[in-house]
Amino acid sequence: MEIIQIVGLGLIATILIIVVREQKPLFAFLLAAFTGLFIFIFLIGKIDSVIKVLEDLANRSGIPSIYLKTILKIIGIAYIVEFGAQIVRDAGQESIASRIEFAGKVLILVMAVPIISVIVETVIGLLPAGS
Amino acid sequence: MNMDVSAIFQIAGIGIIIGMIHTVLKQMGKEDMAQWVTLIGFVVVLFMVIRLLNDLFQEIKTIFLFQ
Repeated sequence: MEIIQIVGLGLIATILIIVVREQKPLFAFLLAAFTGLFIFIFLIGKIDSVIKVLEDLANRSGIPSIYLKTILKIIGIAYIVEFGAQIVRDAGQESIASRIEFAGKVLILVMAVPIISVIVETVIGLLPAGS
Repeated sequence: MNMDVSAIFQIAGIGIIIGMIHTVLKQMGKEDMAQWVTLIGFVVVLFMVIRLLNDLFQEIKTIFLFQ
């Protein structure tokens, strides 16, 4: 029942943040960031086992490993970007948060370009040559 | 949850105590000392947060196959 631990941690951290914010808003922000980090680190251990299963499936079905690597990198980028943007948004800097998300989208697009080009090659190969 | 949850309570405690010290020093009329105390407490907490952030990023790098 780890969900109870996580929810309890979140509730207690929220109460502590409210108490600390009365005196030092700076510390309240750091406390929020620390709690977020804590929960993320906890969750990433769980994701690890799922990724292992995915790798195993991909190896068995003979998919080229470069595709799986690209997908995993994209998931990692999304993970980091979500986390960073959320913390920055907590601190009230909406514009910087949206820039971080924009950077994440662009980097994901850059990583997806090889896969897209492979798809286009395949589709062109399927078309009859004379048309 | 094998990591130390007590770090959260540590940070909250540091925040409250720094706030108290700040108030006391301000009442004594030592404004500059109060500012320094706040700054040092902030740096200490920042170190804790950054160490955890480093852990998270290393973990993400190893799991999601970044080189």
